[in-house]
Amino acid sequence: MDWEIVIGLETHAQLSTQSKIFSRSSTRFGAEPNTQANAVDMALPGSLPAMNRGAVERAIQFGLAIGAQVAHRSVFARKNYFYPDLPKNYQISQFELPIVVGGRLSFFVGEQEHTINLTRAHLEEDAGKSLHEHFTGPHGESSSGIDLNRAGTPLLEIVTEPEMRSAAEAVAYARTLHGLVVWLGICDGNMQEGSFRCDANVSVRPRGQTAFGTRCEIKNLNSFRFLERAIQYEVRRQIELIEDGGKVVQETRLYDADRDETRSMRTKEDSDDYRYFPDPDLPPLIVSPEWIEQVRATLPELPAAKRARFESDMGLTAYDAAQLTLHRAVADYFESTAAALPAGQAKQAANWILGELSASLNRDGLEIAQSPVSPAQLAALITRIQDGTISTKIARDVFAAMWTGESGGDADAIIESKGLRQISDTGAIEAMIDQVLAANPAIVEEYHAGKQKAFNSLVGQVMKAAKGKANPQQVNTVLKQRLDA
Amino acid sequence: MTQLSEFHSIPALGEALRARRVSAAELAADALRAARAHSDANVFLHIDDELTLAQAREADQALADGRAGPLTGIPIAHKDLFVTRGWRTTAASRMLADYVSPFDATVVDRLRQAGAVSLGKLSCDEFAMGSANENSAFGPVRNPWDAERIPGGSSGGSAAAVASGLVLGATGTDTGGSVRQPAAYCGVSGIKPTYGTVSRYGIIAYASSLDQAGPLARSARDLVPLLDAMSGFDPQDSTSLESCDGRSNAAGRIQADFDAAQAAFQAAGDLPLKGLRIGVPREFFNEGLAADVGAAIESALKVFESLGASRVDVSLPRTRLSIPAYYVIAPAEASSNLSRYDGVRYGHRAAQYTDLADMTSRSRSEGFGEEVRRRILVGTYVLSHGYYDAYYLQAQRVRRMIVDDFQQALSRDCDVIMGPVTPSTARRIGDNRQDPIADWLGDIYTLGVSLAGLPGMSIPCGFGGDSGKLPIGLQIVGRYFDEGRLLALADRYQQATDWHQRTPEHA
Repeated sequence: MDWEIVIGLETHAQLSTQSKIFSRSSTRFGAEPNTQANAVDMALPGSLPAMNRGAVERAIQFGLAIGAQVAHRSVFARKNYFYPDLPKNYQISQFELPIVVGGRLSFFVGEQEHTINLTRAHLEEDAGKSLHEHFTGPHGESSSGIDLNRAGTPLLEIVTEPEMRSAAEAVAYARTLHGLVVWLGICDGNMQEGSFRCDANVSVRPRGQTAFGTRCEIKNLNSFRFLERAIQYEVRRQIELIEDGGKVVQETRLYDADRDETRSMRTKEDSDDYRYFPDPDLPPLIVSPEWIEQVRATLPELPAAKRARFESDMGLTAYDAAQLTLHRAVADYFESTAAALPAGQAKQAANWILGELSASLNRDGLEIAQSPVSPAQLAALITRIQDGTISTKIARDVFAAMWTGESGGDADAIIESKGLRQISDTGAIEAMIDQVLAANPAIVEEYHAGKQKAFNSLVGQVMKAAKGKANPQQVNTVLKQRLDA
Repeated sequence: MTQLSEFHSIPALGEALRARRVSAAELAADALRAARAHSDANVFLHIDDELTLAQAREADQALADGRAGPLTGIPIAHKDLFVTRGWRTTAASRMLADYVSPFDATVVDRLRQAGAVSLGKLSCDEFAMGSANENSAFGPVRNPWDAERIPGGSSGGSAAAVASGLVLGATGTDTGGSVRQPAAYCGVSGIKPTYGTVSRYGIIAYASSLDQAGPLARSARDLVPLLDAMSGFDPQDSTSLESCDGRSNAAGRIQADFDAAQAAFQAAGDLPLKGLRIGVPREFFNEGLAADVGAAIESALKVFESLGASRVDVSLPRTRLSIPAYYVIAPAEASSNLSRYDGVRYGHRAAQYTDLADMTSRSRSEGFGEEVRRRILVGTYVLSHGYYDAYYLQAQRVRRMIVDDFQQALSRDCDVIMGPVTPSTARRIGDNRQDPIADWLGDIYTLGVSLAGLPGMSIPCGFGGDSGKLPIGLQIVGRYFDEGRLLALADRYQQATDWHQRTPEHA
């Protein structure tokens, strides 16, 4: 049977406000437990929520960035369920009327461009954390603790339509979304700290069938690798289950990274009735057209606009432009590099950034902001390739030296100190060629007998003699002249 | 020795304090002694001499420095639904029997800033759920006019404290009539302002869309400085209003509106209320209304007519529906508001339990009283999947219709609405123990005003009951933000009558 995979993602992005969504306490990560929880966060009697406008503005920014409708009127609702790390025993969220409706996000999966429609994005508050491990009670007994520092941290829950058809597509979407919220500055994107986490709704159906299969929701995937592996495991599990004559049960599952499998958490039958109703403590959230325009004016150039500009004005391919606009820091790096180069050389900058620079960053586990090679330094290197001072091959060695900080990362200084300047002096090249031809009569014979390989072999000998510094174009030309003379 | 009982109004006592004829500290000490001597009425839940005397000394300092306002040094007390630093805040519940808040409610803070001296915390129905003050974990409060009878609720302790002369003013909260009804039963004046006038921050929530704080005192004139100090926009309460119809919700508004209305009445001469149309809703005079209450209301209306007002017949056709609408909406909100009391972070936690769910369940079953449990169950039911539309949404629709009924009457037919607060005078303690619904039905005249968020007040207008010694209240309902004018109207009535000056024999 040929199975089609159907995936929808719900992503929780913690918004980058200084204070919580309904209280004035700090959202800083990593403080001592319960030092950033005030009366509102602890749900003390008599406390009331007061909306943080900064969280609303970030949601508006997101809505504008994905071309969604920002609702004039949205409503906060209470989602009621008992859990010790949820201090009010209800979560303030948006249910029937979210702040952001619709929108779309485009990205590449390999060389193929995909566009996914978003259903909605709504504001809500994060819960606290239960501390089960390494927690001892006041009398040294083994116990469970509650840390409410996270309680009330603003979240934007971003929900897609069930339009993704592979784990790779889901990951590409999530990476693009991650890049966007960081780009906008509305989320710090720190997945280890839980700032950006995904729930995946996964189902399978025989290809051609229009009705969806029964879905399972895998909760709290906090890395792209886990997202991919959890979906892959879940898809295999569902297909095997159905092919063995079983039925998928709608349920919530957890991904266990150590065992690389998903496990049932609760089924729909025993799921809670959340008893949603509009929160009477918070009036409907009204976003005026003026407010939207004010927020629009603060938006940076969006990835899609930048991408289009990189294609049309700078001559990049759609793929390169998309890769360079996944992260704002990368796009900024590219633009700075290109700006330091003569017009028409942006393509070279893109190649270097997506090639050598990305590989080096990945290898050393660095963010582009931490790159030892600055855009100006990279531009200087590219300039030396363009003016024929060094070959592309030599440039890689120069780059490696720049990366380690040699000569202060100055390309020219490295070229000089290592004597890497390309030999473009025709006399010197002719002399080397004559020596090689004299020393290799057998290969010259082969060339004249029509073997193309022999030519390459002679080029190799010349380059070896030149220690790689001879201008390859010139070597080719002169060698051909000499042989065919 | 200065005695609080020598002073019958806030202005009179204020004048004596500012003239330094009496000291706030002496007065407070006397008031604390009186409150202790009166403990069999069970009015106060928490008293702390040191806390009170410290406030009184501050008041004396302000008086000495010439920084005194109308409330400086005036003894008041707070319903135990307002959180307070120092005094415990229990909401009259076992759940919060030992709870001390780390912050003061906005109302508590504002009254303190105004110089009022708090004697402590007053009994009420548990989490403000009740109309008799019998639903208190700490025992019923006795009506100062008849110790066998209820003081009304849920602000029963507040009304009884004022009626007994233990304080000159008290705070209350009104969700469905909890200021007006006990004021009526205890023969004192009380006002529930427009929803959003007074900050709810620091008031233990019962039904958030209805809860509104208001003061109780001997007279309308005494209510003015109290409400003025309590009201005003508070950014910590998102439902508090910055303004209404272009008028700023700030301290001073109530006093200014009261003064302006009074000046207008004064200028009108012999018929000060000439031109005022009093709407009398025919639905308030149904078969359920006791004859003595009906007669007292009739007499009160005649007094208003003698002052120049005219009487018009109005209809509030959805009056009966206010009971089911209220008893769906209020429990729904309460079921969610009270879910924070789980024994995890504060409050009662069961001694024995098997697991987390059992701990929550036992703690709540033990911590909450019967009426609170009943309303939580009702509220949980009406919000549950499959019943939400039929109950909660339907109740909200009815609520909007009730709002429309009041709006129509107050915009087209009349300037103010008057009628009874309660169908009868105060019942005996224990009478409705087997029939909780009977008390719910008794709220019929007050619920609509709460659902509409309108300002409403109760002032004494006669006596009734078998003994002829039980107070009867007149309800006055105005347009949104009409508090100052309502108080001035009530004051005019109180200039012409002396019901508000009567005190219980043994007080």
